Amino acid sequence: MEALRTRRSGLIPCAFEDVDLETYIAKIEALDAIRVRSDLSAYDCRNNRLAQLCLEQDGFEDAVAAAKTKYGAKRIGVFLGTSTSGILQTELAYRHLDAQTGALPPDFQYAETQNSNSLAGFVSHYLGLTGPAFVVSSACSSSAKVFANAVRMMAAGVCDAAVVGGVDSLCLSTLYGFNSLGLVSRFPCRPYDAERDGISVGEGAGFVLLERATAANSANAMLLLGVGESSDAHHMSTPHPEGLGAIMAMQRALDSAGLQASDIDYINLHGTATKSNDASEGKAVADVFGTRVACSSTKGWTGHLLGAAGITEAIIALQAVEHGFVPGSVNTRQLDPGIAIDYRIENGSGQINRVLSNSFGFGGSNCSLVLGRQA
Amino acid sequence: MMRVYVEGIGLLGPGLDGWLTGRAVLAGEAAYVAAPTNLRASDMLPAAERRRAGVPIKLALAVGQEAFLHAARETKSASTVFTSSGGDNDNVHAINNILATAPREVSPTRFHNSVHNAAAGYWCIAAGSHEPSTSLCAYDASFPAGLLESATQVTVDDAVVVLIAYDHPYPEPLNAVRPISAAFGTALILTPRQTEKSLASIEVEFVSGNAQETTMQDAGLEALRCGVPAARALPLLAALAGGKEAQLSIAYFSDNHLSVRVKPC
Repeated sequence: MEALRTRRSGLIPCAFEDVDLETYIAKIEALDAIRVRSDLSAYDCRNNRLAQLCLEQDGFEDAVAAAKTKYGAKRIGVFLGTSTSGILQTELAYRHLDAQTGALPPDFQYAETQNSNSLAGFVSHYLGLTGPAFVVSSACSSSAKVFANAVRMMAAGVCDAAVVGGVDSLCLSTLYGFNSLGLVSRFPCRPYDAERDGISVGEGAGFVLLERATAANSANAMLLLGVGESSDAHHMSTPHPEGLGAIMAMQRALDSAGLQASDIDYINLHGTATKSNDASEGKAVADVFGTRVACSSTKGWTGHLLGAAGITEAIIALQAVEHGFVPGSVNTRQLDPGIAIDYRIENGSGQINRVLSNSFGFGGSNCSLVLGRQA
Repeated sequence: MMRVYVEGIGLLGPGLDGWLTGRAVLAGEAAYVAAPTNLRASDMLPAAERRRAGVPIKLALAVGQEAFLHAARETKSASTVFTSSGGDNDNVHAINNILATAPREVSPTRFHNSVHNAAAGYWCIAAGSHEPSTSLCAYDASFPAGLLESATQVTVDDAVVVLIAYDHPYPEPLNAVRPISAAFGTALILTPRQTEKSLASIEVEFVSGNAQETTMQDAGLEALRCGVPAARALPLLAALAGGKEAQLSIAYFSDNHLSVRVKPC
């Protein structure tokens, strides 16, 4: 919250492993020194270290412990998003294949690091939860979509509470991959700027503990009010030019919340700072909301956290409601005149009751969340 | 307990070339003869996308298309749940090789095909579907995770859902640490209510504690079930093929499982 208020961006010139790209990244320096809890050492990798570091913050483990007492460990689900899990381990291991046999190093742990489920396995074991668990890996919408999974599981009676979230950590695959698509900026990313030229890759994590809203517990609580999911059916790595899938996701989120566009006080945009995302999303937001709702992308602070973007921006949305705070947009200087929305560069304040948060991913996977207080 | 109805089935695996022929094998009416999985590019995709399609996309589109033909239902109308222990395992191997040596030139196609939801992305383009789509991984439990998620979507969202599960082998050296014995895919079209096309109802329940897994009688099919995460669907497919009531247990993680009851319609 302090970094948001003081407009302190986490983006720094890229110095990660031996990556030779001229770009900016968001990097958590502490991860090099951390090791995962000793009973889970097979899971040790950058992604699970980041998961553990995040689980240790803000009293989250205590909240989960209280939920375990209330519901039982087997009645709490774990639904987490990641795009690349522990692939960095494999990237590094491929540099040390056995010269004779071509085999991976003997200490390489596939299931606990590279496999996407590594994250759900690690977090379930770390928190001692035995309810249903899986990873959603739908690129950059992953950790928004997990809210929908948790809501359905609770509605169906499969579990009574759920840990949702997402973790993605720096790796060569994403840095060189996005670079190959010409989507990596040489500068700190500039969402919705007329001169925006690509993303800044970041690493990050977030977790939220969800339980059913009841009349008794929801009066002053932060609520997940609605979720909308859709598919572009257009292209693997380029959004629909008119924002068709984004419009459907936002409209479905409003419908599921039983709200109108005018009920939303702030929109946290996906706003990756690529030419195509911001143009397409901007058109979609203008179509559904016009210019009536304050909007911004917070990726100038965080970089693009990929599979952790949905959860971290959902948490920023909740902070906006809690603190009556409208985040602006760092690094953005000159707004794109072709995008007709109320995009905020400067931070602001006011009564914020309901926020819509967008997350869109490769493969045309879209998810919008509505978070906030009871109407 | 959640009840859903099966309206269409797709199947492609070693010696299981489609549901029509595979059904007789799984029902015990014909002998199982292992043979390489008959992978082919889908005619659902435009030529450019077809060229870029790796094994998971071929598997997913083949079984998905078969299931929709079986159900005589339009592909664009269903929500989709994709589940796989890996993604495009050939592509992951190639990218790791490229990144281990200079110059690190990962092609754009390799990169966008490396996302776990690549098969979902290609399917939605081919099927013209704007409906919700998710892509799951739960390691060896990826099939039961997909079945559980699909059942919640059908019952809670009142949606028609196609569940598409697939897995295929890694090349070496990853094959040595994660052996997957064959390319295998299956698809189930699940509806909230019985229709005139319903084949069976499935009751799905997530249960704490481990349980004796339902196995396959045929040794070759049992080896396939154990050798490919997506092939954990085989006992359910065999029950659907047999056309009789059946009570199954599918392992989830070490301390929980799915209880599945199949009743023909």
